[in-house]
Amino acid sequence: MRPRLDLPAWLFGSIAVGALFGLPFVISKANRIVPGVPVGLVDALGPGSVLRWWVLAVIGVTAVLTQRRWLRLVATGLLCVWFALALGHAAQLLTPPGNAVVRIAPGAGFWCAMASVALLGVDAAARLQLRALARLALLGLVMLVLWAALASGYFDHVSVVREYAVNADRFAHEFSRHLSLALGSVLAAVAVGLPMGLACQGRPWLRQAVLSTLSLVQTIPSIALYGMLMAPLAALAVTVPTLAQWGIGGIGYAPAVVALFLYALLPVVANTVLGLASVDPAVVDAARGMGLTDGKILTRIRWPLALPTIVTGVRVVLVQNMGLAAIAALIGGGGLGTFIFQGIGQTAIDLVLLGALPTVALALAAGVVLDALVEWLDRRRPA
Amino acid sequence: MIEIESLSKRYGELTVVDAVDLIIPKGSITAIVGTSGSGKSTLLRMINRLIEPSSGQVRIDGRLTTSEPAPALRRRIGYVIQGNGLFPHRTVAENIATVPQLLGWEPARIAARTEQLLTLFGLDPAIHARRLPAELSGGQQQRVGVARALAAGPSVLLMDEPFGALDPIIRAKAQEDLRTIQRQLGTTVVIVTHDMEEAFLLADRIAVLDNGKLLQHDVPARLLTHPAHPQVMALTGTTDRALRLLSLESTAAIVTAGEVSGPDLPASMSLREALSALIWAGATAGNVLDAHGQRSGHVTMQAILTRGSAAR
Ligand SMILES: Nc1ncnc2c1ncn2[C@@H]1O[C@H](COP(=O)(O)OP(=O)(O)O)[C@@H](O)[C@H]1O
Ligand SMILES: [Mg+2]
Repeated sequence: MRPRLDLPAWLFGSIAVGALFGLPFVISKANRIVPGVPVGLVDALGPGSVLRWWVLAVIGVTAVLTQRRWLRLVATGLLCVWFALALGHAAQLLTPPGNAVVRIAPGAGFWCAMASVALLGVDAAARLQLRALARLALLGLVMLVLWAALASGYFDHVSVVREYAVNADRFAHEFSRHLSLALGSVLAAVAVGLPMGLACQGRPWLRQAVLSTLSLVQTIPSIALYGMLMAPLAALAVTVPTLAQWGIGGIGYAPAVVALFLYALLPVVANTVLGLASVDPAVVDAARGMGLTDGKILTRIRWPLALPTIVTGVRVVLVQNMGLAAIAALIGGGGLGTFIFQGIGQTAIDLVLLGALPTVALALAAGVVLDALVEWLDRRRPA
Repeated sequence: MIEIESLSKRYGELTVVDAVDLIIPKGSITAIVGTSGSGKSTLLRMINRLIEPSSGQVRIDGRLTTSEPAPALRRRIGYVIQGNGLFPHRTVAENIATVPQLLGWEPARIAARTEQLLTLFGLDPAIHARRLPAELSGGQQQRVGVARALAAGPSVLLMDEPFGALDPIIRAKAQEDLRTIQRQLGTTVVIVTHDMEEAFLLADRIAVLDNGKLLQHDVPARLLTHPAHPQVMALTGTTDRALRLLSLESTAAIVTAGEVSGPDLPASMSLREALSALIWAGATAGNVLDAHGQRSGHVTMQAILTRGSAAR
């Protein structure tokens, strides 16, 4: 028999209720920099039909009480939509007509409620053990809804969206720069790490040397690594002017990519080594005994059996670098970190969010996509 | 036929296989026995050049194994190991098709051959062909391992403790199947085992290795009646050698004319089993039934006991 009391659901549910009604739902600021005035949920929504409260109550109670995971997933999804609509509505309501300076920012109540409900939803999704394809579809659905919501104009008065509108051109540029930093460094790490991992196969001394060197790199803090790369790259740019023309120098895109690449290398190499080493020696012996050449043993046996482990390493690295790429802005490498650090400098929290929210979203999306890939690759290895 | 001539393997100072001469007749089963570490696997793996000999040579059907590249040689030789070594990411059918594919067979021919082998090994192609090895029982996996080794119709099959990981009942069935299929196909089988029971059950000839040296190579009965070395006697055991000897012959070997009152004993029954049946029935003689179930004569307990004695 299932326990009647679902503790996490009650816990997250209570947090959400407490946050919604006990914490400010939005912050109303006279402009983007000054501290604002907190506004509670009831005041933020203004007068209106009582129906919306009934809707919130019904979905909320369903999400907490239901024993069906898919129902909980749907209910938490709807709750998130409700919070978002409430935020959009509050922003419209609290912004005086024609005023482009007032900022209505999501408050602690909104964030806490959103986070606890999202956690509940993610937990339900995980317990549903959705197949790879279903998870990809879910990700696609979320992105579609998000895009439609932003494109609809309903949220145009919310502070982060305002901030985006002001920075739209730069955002597109930094967003693609961020992607290119993260993806470029991971691709390079795969291109270099796979052969390195292969070379380590059957050579314990080489494996030892490579892995401990890379572990050492892993322990250097990112800022320090940038600093260490600055001098040699700057020197390189001075001695080889062509490189400088390509944008390679002590600061900027190049050292950022090199640092991210170095961080990505260890997991890729380590997982390649691990994947290849975990192939049952009896399988390799049988293959050789049947007359497979060494090349065929590598391509037909070792490689496909190691691939899921290798891709698991790539997943770790991609998620990690999607986040780490934000640091690149510190040395002029661009990316979404530009907004974050600018925002911190100007104490403009909206600008920080404009950089941080997409960074988190990218990392999450990369995780979902790569997880699906690993599962698809693993489909021929029943547990 | 496999001719092994003064074959040795040395690792530095250590001689693992020491100048072994061995002739393995075509279409027979030869068991290589010996204690753990005596060099059995090394000797076997030098036949298909998984291990390159330090000196000496091997001919298969008159042809030196070094006369072609090792992978090409191995495709003509079946190879089965303990724990079967099936490719976990390939279906049963794909596993079996491995060597035919390497040899460039037509897909239709490969499909027909796969189906034929699965049926031969008591697996339903419709059910099992598309399964992954992990979805089969241990006994089924082992059968697929043997089927895979036989896929391209090799004249020689090398087996290294192939049944070591099976439980006793499934192992007995696997041994019986191997014997049947080997008779049917006429394959020359070399099987490494440390299980003397298995060697005596399956082998036409047994080669005894000790510390890399070949102590004796003979038919099973001679190992018991004429051990060439104390180590051979130690390996075959002395307490039950009379019964082991009796297990090597069937009632058909000592049948005499005339009918007696006593239990019926099939002609295919070993003398050991016949003795047991007589003791159980409290009889001193039994009638021998031929393949058609007709009484073809009788055997006496006295005759059986004489066959099992060293003084015969
Ligand atoms: N590559 C190797 N290097 C050194 N010694 C080895 C090597 N391979 C096997 N041996 C040694 O050779 C001996 C025989 O091994 P093996 O043929 O596997 O024995 P068996 O199959 O009879 O148990 C063992 O003592 C083993 O330790
Ligand atoms: Mg062995």
